[in-house]
Amino acid sequence: MTEQTITANESDLADKAGLTGLVEDWSEDKQAFHVPWGKAMMWIFLLSDTFIFSCFLIGYMNVRITTTVPWPSPSEVFALSLGGEPIPLILIAIMTFVLITSSGTMALAVNYGYRRDKRKTVLLMLATAFLGATFVGMQAFEWTKLIVEEGVRPWGNPMGAAQFGSTFFMITGFHGMHVSAGVIYLIVVATRVGTGYYDRHRGGNYEMVEIAGLYWHFVDLVWVFIFAFFYLW
Amino acid sequence: MTQSAATHIEGHQQHPLGIYIGVWILLFVLSAFSYAVDYYHLQGMLRWTLILLFMFLKAGFIIAVFMHMAWERLALIYAILLPPLCLLVFIALMSIEGDYTYLTRLIVFGPAEEVVSPHH
Repeated sequence: MTEQTITANESDLADKAGLTGLVEDWSEDKQAFHVPWGKAMMWIFLLSDTFIFSCFLIGYMNVRITTTVPWPSPSEVFALSLGGEPIPLILIAIMTFVLITSSGTMALAVNYGYRRDKRKTVLLMLATAFLGATFVGMQAFEWTKLIVEEGVRPWGNPMGAAQFGSTFFMITGFHGMHVSAGVIYLIVVATRVGTGYYDRHRGGNYEMVEIAGLYWHFVDLVWVFIFAFFYLW
Repeated sequence: MTQSAATHIEGHQQHPLGIYIGVWILLFVLSAFSYAVDYYHLQGMLRWTLILLFMFLKAGFIIAVFMHMAWERLALIYAILLPPLCLLVFIALMSIEGDYTYLTRLIVFGPAEEVVSPHH
């Protein structure tokens, strides 16, 4: 159906740029988003996810403003001794760099996907998944250290405001869950690229790689905000 | 079907590798700057301004280049980027509410340790 409709309406699709284009895309009897439906749906999912993470961060802001007990200093709580001197936030900094690196490899994977370079696409996606798994592993280490050594619990901690623990576990836990899901998602898509699934079923269209990429970059994007508001503030 | 129509219908996003690598390096540098803000113990308004500046720059580059938003059509850009602006109202409301709650707690309970941690 779509192919013929698109060809028939080709004159309508002589896309105008700017505000005129915006109005026409929304007002005419045609599809509003000139992207594959999967990509539009992923964007809308990410929009909803934005609201979820924002609610968490706003909740964190609210409890941090309202508490009359001093807030524990993240800089000290998350310090790590690498042979002597404790270095503030060093584990978090490394985790940030790991996640950014994974975003870079993902961007390249999407690019090679468009070039139909199957080998490089698969390798870069697996590298991204590996870096994501590394991130989750480091987070597990961070949680363990916090729970076992620092005695942080969702209902209290020795350093100050009890809300520190509750918001920390909720926000980083939900983000870690997103990363874990992303790792599985990436491995599935990479496998399908590698085994030629998209060549057989989708006419060699690797748009699924870009859609997976959108999700992965979003996970990195959320971390940018968590890093700024939770760890640095 | 003309090439340009095909490009828009498929939402084809192919760009030179250089731009990705450039943004990648930029994200590294901006993250290092954010970390330096904490490392050198900058405080007060300077700290918060720098944290927010680096955060928005990083977020902007990720959305614009890595997520290809810079090359999408306005119909998609507005549909995705405008709704989150509601959050600004939410943030403002919750911060006003937070100040009110804090002051109420100070007045009613005083700055005691046990006030907000009933589970100790």
